[in-house]
Amino acid sequence: MSLRKILKQLNIFAECRKYGITAWQCPNFLFVVMGLVIITAILGTYYIGVHYVAPEIVVMIVVVVTTVLLLVGHTIVISFERVVQANKMKSEFVSIVSHQLRTPLSSLRWSLDLLRSKRLGQINKKQKEYLDIINESNKRMIGLVNDLLNVNRIEEGRLEVRPSSFSLDSLTEKVVEEIKPLAKDKGVNIDFYLEKKLPLVYADSNRVRMVIQNLIENAVKYSNKEIKSRFVKVRIERDENKLRFSAEDNGIGIPSGLRKRVFGKFFRGDSLVKQRTEGTGLGLFISKGIIDLSGGEIGFKSKEGKGSTFWFTLPIKKT
Amino acid sequence: MDKILFIEDEPTLQKAVGEILGQEGFEVLSALDGEAGLELIKKEKPDLVLLDLILPKKDGFTVLKEMKEDENLKDIPVIVLTNLEGMGDVERAMSLGATTYLVKANYELDDVVTKIKKTLRG
Repeated sequence: MSLRKILKQLNIFAECRKYGITAWQCPNFLFVVMGLVIITAILGTYYIGVHYVAPEIVVMIVVVVTTVLLLVGHTIVISFERVVQANKMKSEFVSIVSHQLRTPLSSLRWSLDLLRSKRLGQINKKQKEYLDIINESNKRMIGLVNDLLNVNRIEEGRLEVRPSSFSLDSLTEKVVEEIKPLAKDKGVNIDFYLEKKLPLVYADSNRVRMVIQNLIENAVKYSNKEIKSRFVKVRIERDENKLRFSAEDNGIGIPSGLRKRVFGKFFRGDSLVKQRTEGTGLGLFISKGIIDLSGGEIGFKSKEGKGSTFWFTLPIKKT
Repeated sequence: MDKILFIEDEPTLQKAVGEILGQEGFEVLSALDGEAGLELIKKEKPDLVLLDLILPKKDGFTVLKEMKEDENLKDIPVIVLTNLEGMGDVERAMSLGATTYLVKANYELDDVVTKIKKTLRG
């Protein structure tokens, strides 16, 4: 830690204001108070011990100081409890709002399905175009609500996985086929390589599907417009008692300064593509949560301007 | 003509599902709460019940439980159509005897119709 950073942190009142709490609720401030009390007490006892040699007074000082320290300690505990409670309330808030949002969103989705299926009568081309736009937006909103609920579950350790044995290669193949049209629009070519006779993996196939989709979609989304032949190479290989999935692209890559935040919440590559991209920045956070729970590992390597490779592993057998 | 009862407290969902099932040639009955739903099941003996879980007066789990305890009603297939998706909820509904469990926000209307047809045929 640099000296400047330490000095900055010593500016306690500014630090505490950042959290929106008063000094007496702020652990930083309370620890300083505690320190001052201890120093004063030591000096005071020393002074009295040297000049008066009165054990009663020394005992009294020790008692008073201990009481003060206990009080300060208690206040610190309470302030931490407040923080924990605020976090819990935030989680509950997200959860309730998301559940409440899903009902009108599904209503909207099904009504749109009805209109678009032309079961309620013919619609013209222009009307269809706009209905499709509403439908896409609605789907994105449902996706966002689902993402927020998943983040919430991960943070509270409540994300549920239902593992079973399944073929990672056929699941990946399905996802690749689904994403191909989107990739084609962006001029990105997806290639799929796999070793022969791959064993099954043991994990929650629905959740893993989300991860695969997220990684390949990201690879397509952050392609480099300045390169002519843009590609995504999807591979599945055996790695001892695990299977290793990887998606390599020759996209824009991730600058080294941002690497630590990649698997954090709300990480987005907006600034990288110099335009707003779709997405919530929750995909990789959720992916990591899922892979961690499945007994696998997830990671990436990246070179700015050259491309990135995101990978994960999954166990072959029950762990 | 197969008779389908849809127990759901959101009228707009009732309407959309009722519309498409009507067009598919089903007779659609609807109830807006659990109590009314159970009454209708007893009275009309539908061929299939679409059941939401969060319902006023009597929740979907209770409706399902009471249906399965009744000799006359226990063979009516029940498709749970809800936005609850915790593993506990799914397991509870399935162990109470639900045939299928669908999370509303994740299915298109056509998928729901397909599931209904499949359940009635099977």
